[in-house]
Amino acid sequence: MTDLTLQLPELCLVALVGASGSGKTTFARAHFRPGEVLSSDAFRLLVGNDENAQDATNDAFDALYFVARKRLARGLLTVIDATNVQSDARKRIVTLAKEFDVLPVAIVLDLPQEVLTARHAARTDRPFGAHVIPQQVSQLRKSLSKLQTEGFRQVGVLRSEEDAASVVVTRTRLYNNLRHEHGPFDFVGDVHGCLPELRDLLTRLGYEVRGDLSVTPPEGRRAVFVGDLVDRGPDTPGVLRLVMGMVRAGTALCVPGNHDEKLKKALSGRKVTVAHGLEKSLQQLEHEPPEFRRAVVDFIDSLVSHYVLDDGKVVVAHAGMKEAYQGRASGRVREFALYGETTGETDEFGLPVRLNWALDYRGKATVVYGHTPVPQAEWLNRTIDIDTGCVFGGKLTALRYPEMELVSVDARETYAEPKRPLVSDQGLSAQQAHDELLDLADVTGRRVIETSLRGRVSVREDEAAAALEVVSRFAVDPRWLLYVPPTMSPSETSTREGYLEYPTEAFEHYRRAGVQHVVCEEKHMGSRAVVVVTRDDDVAVTRFGLREGSAGVVYTRTGRRLFNDTDMEAQVLTRLRAAFETSGLWDELGSDWAVLDAEPLPWSLKAEELIRRQYAAVGAAAGAALPAEVRALEGVVARGLPLTDLLERTREREGMTRAYVDAYRRYVRRVASVEDVRLAPFHLLATEGAVHVDKDHGWHLSTLARLARAAPDLIVATAHREVDLDDPESTSEAEAWWLDLTGRGGEGMVVKPRSFVTRGRKGLVQPAVKVRGREYLRIIYGPEYTAPENLTRLRERGLSGKRSLALREFALGVEGLERFVRREPLRRVHECAFGVLALEQEPLDPRL
Amino acid sequence: MLLTITTTHRPATDLGYLLHKNPARSVTFDLPVGRGHVFSPEATPERCTVALLVEADPVVISRGRAGGASGTPLEPYVNDRPYAASSFLSTALREAFGTAMSGRSRERQDLADTALPFTAHLPALPSRGGLDLAGRLFTPLGYRVTARARLLDPQFPEWGESPYLDLTLDAEVRLRDLLAHLYVLIPVLDDGKHYYVDETEIDKLLRYAGGWLDAHPERDLVTRRFLKHRHALRRAAEAHFKGADEDDEDAAPVAPTLNQQRLEAVARELRGSGATSVLDLGCGEGNLLKLLLAERQFETILGMDVSPRVLARARDRLKLDELPEAVRGRLTLVQGSLTYRDARLSGAGAAALVEVIEHLDEDRLWTLERVVFGAARPGTVVVTTPNAEYNATWATLSAGDTRHEDHRFEWTRAQFTEWAARVASTFGYTVTIKPVGDEDERLGPPTQMAVFRREDS
Repeated sequence: MTDLTLQLPELCLVALVGASGSGKTTFARAHFRPGEVLSSDAFRLLVGNDENAQDATNDAFDALYFVARKRLARGLLTVIDATNVQSDARKRIVTLAKEFDVLPVAIVLDLPQEVLTARHAARTDRPFGAHVIPQQVSQLRKSLSKLQTEGFRQVGVLRSEEDAASVVVTRTRLYNNLRHEHGPFDFVGDVHGCLPELRDLLTRLGYEVRGDLSVTPPEGRRAVFVGDLVDRGPDTPGVLRLVMGMVRAGTALCVPGNHDEKLKKALSGRKVTVAHGLEKSLQQLEHEPPEFRRAVVDFIDSLVSHYVLDDGKVVVAHAGMKEAYQGRASGRVREFALYGETTGETDEFGLPVRLNWALDYRGKATVVYGHTPVPQAEWLNRTIDIDTGCVFGGKLTALRYPEMELVSVDARETYAEPKRPLVSDQGLSAQQAHDELLDLADVTGRRVIETSLRGRVSVREDEAAAALEVVSRFAVDPRWLLYVPPTMSPSETSTREGYLEYPTEAFEHYRRAGVQHVVCEEKHMGSRAVVVVTRDDDVAVTRFGLREGSAGVVYTRTGRRLFNDTDMEAQVLTRLRAAFETSGLWDELGSDWAVLDAEPLPWSLKAEELIRRQYAAVGAAAGAALPAEVRALEGVVARGLPLTDLLERTREREGMTRAYVDAYRRYVRRVASVEDVRLAPFHLLATEGAVHVDKDHGWHLSTLARLARAAPDLIVATAHREVDLDDPESTSEAEAWWLDLTGRGGEGMVVKPRSFVTRGRKGLVQPAVKVRGREYLRIIYGPEYTAPENLTRLRERGLSGKRSLALREFALGVEGLERFVRREPLRRVHECAFGVLALEQEPLDPRL
Repeated sequence: MLLTITTTHRPATDLGYLLHKNPARSVTFDLPVGRGHVFSPEATPERCTVALLVEADPVVISRGRAGGASGTPLEPYVNDRPYAASSFLSTALREAFGTAMSGRSRERQDLADTALPFTAHLPALPSRGGLDLAGRLFTPLGYRVTARARLLDPQFPEWGESPYLDLTLDAEVRLRDLLAHLYVLIPVLDDGKHYYVDETEIDKLLRYAGGWLDAHPERDLVTRRFLKHRHALRRAAEAHFKGADEDDEDAAPVAPTLNQQRLEAVARELRGSGATSVLDLGCGEGNLLKLLLAERQFETILGMDVSPRVLARARDRLKLDELPEAVRGRLTLVQGSLTYRDARLSGAGAAALVEVIEHLDEDRLWTLERVVFGAARPGTVVVTTPNAEYNATWATLSAGDTRHEDHRFEWTRAQFTEWAARVASTFGYTVTIKPVGDEDERLGPPTQMAVFRREDS
């Protein structure tokens, strides 16, 4: 028995080649996982009900190739199990491999013809005669020598049944796959022979650089060079010596740059145009011994086009790497890594016009690259160019990973003049400029959004479609729309006589969830709004990417601007901004902007039209009809007819509708100027660098109370009680407080676990439930809802849909803020706000 | 809700015979939404009143309305239906006084055939579309109409009057006619019905209004509203009337031909551009698409709108699923928004934005400019928008009002020209402004149109 091993790259497209009966399927089953093998027989069965249906062959291959494409796009090794004895069939496989930048591999089962004929005779299901076998064998034999030239990068031939049975198939890691390397890393931008600055930078990063250019990194760290070590600068040999030494010692990784490649060609004696600083490198290397020059050639030759590091979370390549090419190996992947994508045209400076692949980048991995000198290293769609033009008198920059911290040293001098001046765009960052317009493809269709609080939240296509209309027609500029607050569920329905909601059930809800400490907050009689406020107008430009300065924005739960009057909005924001100043909160929080969850008051500020058209009209109709009914009934009862019950009932109805009128009237206050507006903030959601969901509600309320003290004419503090659910005295005190509050016409209270984010026995706990006042509910459930026969029926209400929605929206809302604070691209923030508005399209009982 | 009918005919208590209800007793009957009660608050030989009280169950009403009702989300639960006179009352009227409505009386047929002095009182009658409507409807039928409107809420007098009338009708009239008038005109004043309306509604209209509607000056309004604005029903009903005219009170102030003129003008420009692929951005229900489909020149047509509902209507109206494949294959309908970049819009020869820009907030208009002129860059772009100056010719619009609730702005000719010139120079287009519709010498055309051409096209 021969000791055979086939070493396959972990990602490749394998063509099994062999005549009918050569045992391909058996072989595939033995050496590959079931999903990896796409067999033409299996696809004939799928599309034609019979694995021998020869008339289904074309359809079967269409389907097979469709699946193969999906697998390769996902980066999965794939085996095509078909005879593949004809070169046409194999050509198709090689083309497919190229399309997905994976290596094509052929495994040939070249068994003796007698074996095949004997096997064919033993099978009755094959619809063709035995004469097919020699024909296929002859085709296969003719093919054998051609496989390499057809494009297969690796060919394994198994010539006997024994070989096929005993061969060991192993998988080898691709060179670019360093997923198991977790860093921490220090990515270093284009050095271009600037040895002094490289030493400065490494020293700054804590590396010890000795006189002989040997380097010791800080414990556990590794440098990663993004290429273009050479040309233009003062000491290319020194830089090479340093980097080669580190790579040899395992303390650095390096990917090749286009300049490095060209130097290698020149040193190898190939004909190249000596320009763009190459002449300097060659000149400097003249003085080096030939062994060093050879070592340089070998070093550059050994470099891998790009690396995928840290479980695929970060990719490094000289000129960047689009998502489809990451972790792939092909000529064009290498080209992309070295040169990026160009249009084939040249600009007014004679340089190739580059296509900015990063604009369209939507990949999950962070991409660190260089190649194009920029004045500042800036994030764009999770990519960052850290070539800050050191050799042109700029800076040498490093990115510390996973800290994501940029460290730069200034160039000691200008070693070369850039052909194209380094200028930045209009004061906006690259990401902000890119984000001015969002792309429709980033919001439409079915979406799955990964959240830190609740894993994946999915948005249905039709909900996204409905949200697109809402957002496009009514919402504020997406750059302001950072957060849309979640819906809030009421407490479980009370069975207490006369009540639909009562504190007991809210307390019980949290007790069951395993929460002991809750906060009861007064529910203000306003509308829900999100307030984004800036410390000064410029922050709207520098942090939010708007073209013009602004004090901020106040928008509703549906993303609409709350104030019709923009002057009034500006006045409210200016006063709020001043309150942050007076209370010292800007400095304390280290921020020049803030996002608040708040209730603007009165409700009629936003809803006067609604109150007039709906609530007042109903009151007017009831106020006209019921007294007339009572009078008519009084007449007939006076005549002695037995309609006393009806009269009583009608009087009660009249009383309930009067109470209803009182209930809506409490929400109406004339607003003539900003003096009549109040703002009751209850969450300080986010400021620079922080989403404050890690602080408990006590912190939120006391911090916001400082704003109220600073601006008592605008800001209203939220009355609240801290309640220990294990202490009956505490809960009955809160109950009495609620009764008092709602007895005086208040809307009710909101009960929240003391910590902002709470996980209970069944996962994430409702961030809040509301307990609404008996009188207030008349404007929700109808004026007469308190009549016993109505209340009985209204108690049958299901809360589970609302609860699930509240949690999903909560998770999305927090996720959006976290992304904004992390300075992620706007589309990633917008996706979350848009997602909440889409979820809001779910049909739910609006009374909840 | 309540209706009382009083007579001063002597003996007034004969009203009991006429209505088949004994004033000495009360009657209670079940209705789909609650209970009806008939009783007499007063019954003397001089004066007798019969009251019809409908005790509506708000929970049942809300269940019938949930989902189907338009308006605010809470409208099914907080509404005037239990109180205001509406089709619920009409239904109860027929239930309670069916025999009287047919004109029959077992004991007093002569009285039933005679006009008697009656007073009908409705304490809360909605009068949608103006408080004078009750007068316009009942006066031609011979009633003395006393309509009193109350304040919507006395605590907030600035809100004005409520839409409900306290209505008293006095006339010498046959009882069956009074009941028929009320039966038909209550839901007409309310402009709504609580049930699904089909052909049988025409029969009811003919039965209860056959004798008087023909000559009524508000016949069209009555027909339209009674049949719940269903055009097919209305046309079928009109065949029964003489000399029906086409006057339509609900028509927009825009003359119907302006829209047609506008679409023709836009189609002309698109044809003239020579483009074979066109975009109709903000296609609405597909009026322009219909014209474009008829032109062989346009090989690929993309209709885009932001509203999924409107697109579904466009698909229906264009009968997209029934068109032959060769025609249908030329048209794609997609949802999209002009405030987002959209790769699907690239490469078209021409684009039309008919009455679209004014639906975007002015401070967000730059997104549309960049999406259309900056990114999609069709060779020709045709934009139409209202000319605000022309609004002065419409008496129904007060100064400063826009033609449509959702118009975020309407521009004068100077404003539009300035915008178009700036967009053209920013994005490398040339632009020509053209009038659409019948021009007013002083105020210009009702619609203004800008035709942009890309400079390198």
